Amino acid sequence: MNASILTWLTFLPAAGAVVVLLLPRRGRAPQVFSLLLTLFLFVMALHLPAHFNYQQQQGFQFEMNIPWISNPAIQYHVGVDGLSMWLVVLVSFLAPLGVLISWRVIQDRTCEFYALLLLQQTAMYGVFIALDLILYYAFWELSIVPLALLIGMYGRKNGRGAAIKFFLYAFIPSALLLVGMLWLYGQTGTFDLVQLQQQMFGWNGAHATGLWLTSLAFLLAFAVKVPVFPLHGWLRDGIGEAPTAVAMILAGKLGLYSLLRWHVGLFPTQAAHVAPLMVALGAIGILYGALMALVQTDLKRLAAYATLSAVSFIVLGIYAFTAASMDGAAYQILNESVSASAFFMLLGILYERYGTYDMGRLGGIATKLPGLATLFVITALSLIGLPSLNVFVGEFLILSGSFLAHPRAAAAATLGVILSASYMLWMVQRVFYGKPSTGVAALSPADVNWRERAAVWPTIALMIAMGVASVFWMHAIDLTVPALAPAKIPVAAYATVASPPAAPQAATRGMAQ
Amino acid sequence: MTPSLYLWLLPLFPLAGFAINGILGRRLPKAAVSAVALLFPAAAFVQVLWIVARAHQGLALPYLERFATPWIAVTGFHANFSFLLDQLTLVMLLVVTGVGLVIHLYSVGYMAAEDGYWRFFSYMNLFLFFMLTLVLAANFLLMFVGWEGVGLVSYLLIGFYYTKDSAANAGKKAFIVNRIGDFGFLLAMFLLIAHFGTLSFREVFANISAHPDLQGGFLTAIALLLLLGATGKSAQIPLYVWLPDAMEGPTPVSALIHAATMVTAGVYMLARAHVLFGRSPLALAIVAIIGAATAFFAATIGVLQTDIKRVLAYSTISQLGYMFLACGVAAYSMGIFHLVTHAFFKALLFLAAGSVIHALGGEQDMRKMGGLRKKLPVTFWTMTAAVFAISGLFPFAGFFSKDAILAATFETPGEKILWAVGLVTAGLTSFYMFRLWYMTFFGSPRYDESSAGHGEHGPHGVHESPWAMLLPLVILGILSLAGGWIGWPAALGGHDWIAHFLDPVFTSASNAQLVVPSAADFRLERILAGVSMLVALFGWWLADLMYRRKPQLADSAEQKTRPLYTPIWNKYWVDEMYGAVIVRPILALSRNLLGRGVETGIIDGANTAMTATASGASSGIRRMQSGNIRSYAGWLAAGAAAVLIVALYLSHSF
Repeated sequence: MNASILTWLTFLPAAGAVVVLLLPRRGRAPQVFSLLLTLFLFVMALHLPAHFNYQQQQGFQFEMNIPWISNPAIQYHVGVDGLSMWLVVLVSFLAPLGVLISWRVIQDRTCEFYALLLLQQTAMYGVFIALDLILYYAFWELSIVPLALLIGMYGRKNGRGAAIKFFLYAFIPSALLLVGMLWLYGQTGTFDLVQLQQQMFGWNGAHATGLWLTSLAFLLAFAVKVPVFPLHGWLRDGIGEAPTAVAMILAGKLGLYSLLRWHVGLFPTQAAHVAPLMVALGAIGILYGALMALVQTDLKRLAAYATLSAVSFIVLGIYAFTAASMDGAAYQILNESVSASAFFMLLGILYERYGTYDMGRLGGIATKLPGLATLFVITALSLIGLPSLNVFVGEFLILSGSFLAHPRAAAAATLGVILSASYMLWMVQRVFYGKPSTGVAALSPADVNWRERAAVWPTIALMIAMGVASVFWMHAIDLTVPALAPAKIPVAAYATVASPPAAPQAATRGMAQ
Repeated sequence: MTPSLYLWLLPLFPLAGFAINGILGRRLPKAAVSAVALLFPAAAFVQVLWIVARAHQGLALPYLERFATPWIAVTGFHANFSFLLDQLTLVMLLVVTGVGLVIHLYSVGYMAAEDGYWRFFSYMNLFLFFMLTLVLAANFLLMFVGWEGVGLVSYLLIGFYYTKDSAANAGKKAFIVNRIGDFGFLLAMFLLIAHFGTLSFREVFANISAHPDLQGGFLTAIALLLLLGATGKSAQIPLYVWLPDAMEGPTPVSALIHAATMVTAGVYMLARAHVLFGRSPLALAIVAIIGAATAFFAATIGVLQTDIKRVLAYSTISQLGYMFLACGVAAYSMGIFHLVTHAFFKALLFLAAGSVIHALGGEQDMRKMGGLRKKLPVTFWTMTAAVFAISGLFPFAGFFSKDAILAATFETPGEKILWAVGLVTAGLTSFYMFRLWYMTFFGSPRYDESSAGHGEHGPHGVHESPWAMLLPLVILGILSLAGGWIGWPAALGGHDWIAHFLDPVFTSASNAQLVVPSAADFRLERILAGVSMLVALFGWWLADLMYRRKPQLADSAEQKTRPLYTPIWNKYWVDEMYGAVIVRPILALSRNLLGRGVETGIIDGANTAMTATASGASSGIRRMQSGNIRSYAGWLAAGAAAVLIVALYLSHSF
């Protein structure tokens, strides 16, 4: 079971996608089947944290490595470490929620919708577990197609335009990524992550320019997918058009994970060189996204810019290269996904009831739908980093860690906490407080129903749990992620003036008050 | 082996109350909601009393309690769920749970007719949870949980009547302004981590104490950033602007959160971090100046306010300024002493004002009150105690604490100007408080008896409030009268009990200079006390003249001092200035430079160019292109395969 579980997880959704396409279109068959399958996968994914070896610092677990193609040497090599394990669980956690929230909204072409959604799940699993570059690339490419199709086919107004934009943005850098991969193979004769890392470690200095260009090709491909400012051109329309279940998985984790694993992990020296640029782009992205969110009137657009701001925090944390900032960044990938998913689901619930994302036409909903308002406020509080909820832990670690290496960028980024509170609370006020607007007063929709609660409540529970019990997740992350940092970067760039750093740090773990 | 005090249980009591009322409250009868809302804070209060008893029996303080599992633990940094109990915490615990419980009781009467009764009480319990976390925390990060948490509840309760735009605006403003302060708090924590590797109070302060060479420098930076946080939470210049607007919340909220407890968190934080501030004379001087300036500035605005709650709001800002002044001259015990007495008399002022508002069916304008002395006897007499206390009349509570601060300021070398400012402020305070007293309770009634009866608060005419509201008034009235005895100074024949009690906290670490006061010091103190008493009496006399004996005098004074009157009446246009200098430029920048410039011009421009290139290329090979996304995917796969083959071929030739 331990060796094959990742493979089962990855390919079961694809098989399920085929089954869904064969199901009758009448009734709720595609929904019910997809829900049961995704729930089953979630339970299966829980096997991973339950049987993960939390003592093992190096290497991968639940590993499977079998030859696939002998020449060129391509392996079916999969496995997870403390970083990817939680991402696999995260994908499994979000999938059933995506099905639940799409239950009634997607009326046409339901079989295709759920098939694509399941196919996308396979692609995401694949990206997180692949340890062979070609295998990874196959899943990476696979993840683009279903997303583009879902946006194009189920978009709100101009799905096709947004889909083409998304596709081009993802496709062009991917081609460069492929070229870079092949160059790398030409130099090293392997696609295997572990072997590549070893060769990089002893890189003899030849073809320095080629290696640089390759690392940049990797960086570009991932940065677009995150997206990193200023490569976010696809995000606004992509999120604006995407149906809720797609918006939940569109941005963030795939690109951010790839940055950690395949950019920082594979090209530590080059990553250290671009780090100041990435830190600056992270800080700019935080403020830019937040300022743009401040002046939006469309809720989906606001969410898009808020997403840009949130993922920029993670970019900052990754490239600040301190243990705390990188741990925080990895943790924040999880937090951001959970909280942003909740936010998108609630936006979807709102849209189902009032048929608009325009804040100018909404207002005073709290009197009519107090249940929805409560969930909305809690989610907003999570997103703005209220301590005791999840996002705060990640943000705090990212910022305090980044501050050690880049105090000015981190201080500027911290201004984001003021701005995020501003746009979120303003949004809450415009949508929920005050007297009901004419559009709102005219309709009397029901409050959040049980299906929707089943989708949103688990995310709320996680917001609290991940806010107060972060060590549960952090344990595995802390095993793996700080080790990815380029060795030359010191953990604390500041000289600790007052105390000899060795003593308190050695004692930190269990001791001290 | 220290005995367990179960400190962790303390915040969990009100949290349980919050959870029960928050989840089930909508379906519970009002009596059950009230019972839950009162029982859990009462349990916390009883536990605090039990802890006091243990402390009295010789429990060793400071006492620490820590959860085995840390809250956050990564390589190089960790933070625990750890609680600290020392004399300072104990005082705060008594105030928070004691005054908190009394105000909960009052709320049962005050909010009886409101919609969302359960919602109100679940928030109130949640507030106690966060406030207790704040004062019990043994590290800066956990303190920050309480710090932002109380801000959240403040936001929710200010916006309790969320259908009113003014209330929703005020709540939002409070949160955002506080976030500006929290920005400072966060940066201070980052600096602490950078230099000490920990946020634990004990470790940080022990480290500072162990390094006498550390003076100013980064410690000043940390202190000033913490101070920014404190000015947000405690409504000091420059971040005081949210507190007057916060009066949109129900009156018990104003009493509990915006007078007695939450807004004093900044003072508590300064006192807690006194070791740090002790190393930065510059930071301390700024604390003192901010305190004195805020005290005076807010008092001048308070003089002209006509809304009874707004007078009290500005007076709160002003009194908090005194506490800052005390911290600034390193008289932390006096600051905490004033915090305690202020919690009594200011909570009482708000609750009594609430009783008046309740009686008048929601009327808050003092110009429409008057002559209520006879109709609301209990309210009148208790409020009188509070007015006397805040004005600093002997022997009411405020006299001792305010006088202690002024004396300490006077005795600090080079701070005579601040003392003078404080003294003038004391006169102003006395004046505007007696103005409120006369306008509300004396003269002829200016309210409309019939309309008063039909307000949201009560069904029949002007009447005294129910016992649930009066009992808290009486309790707090007694405390406003007698509360000052805990700090009765030696100079006036007392024992300075609270200063001695807090001594272990404030002298243990920093440069201990326990000077034994001489007879000359006593004489000076007595003179100073006499002076402040005279100033307070003068304020009373002036208010009596202008608002009782010769009411026309107020109008003519207004006419004569127009240049002075206009800016004060407009609150010095500070809100307008912040709007024009900060808020609108940020919005304009985002909309125009970022929105129209960067986003539309550059980002979307690049989009268009890219799409055009792509479609241009594809139209050149039109035969391959069917125009839909699926064929793109097909071509992607084919292209990828082609590149793969070519590149593999090339790789063998290297």
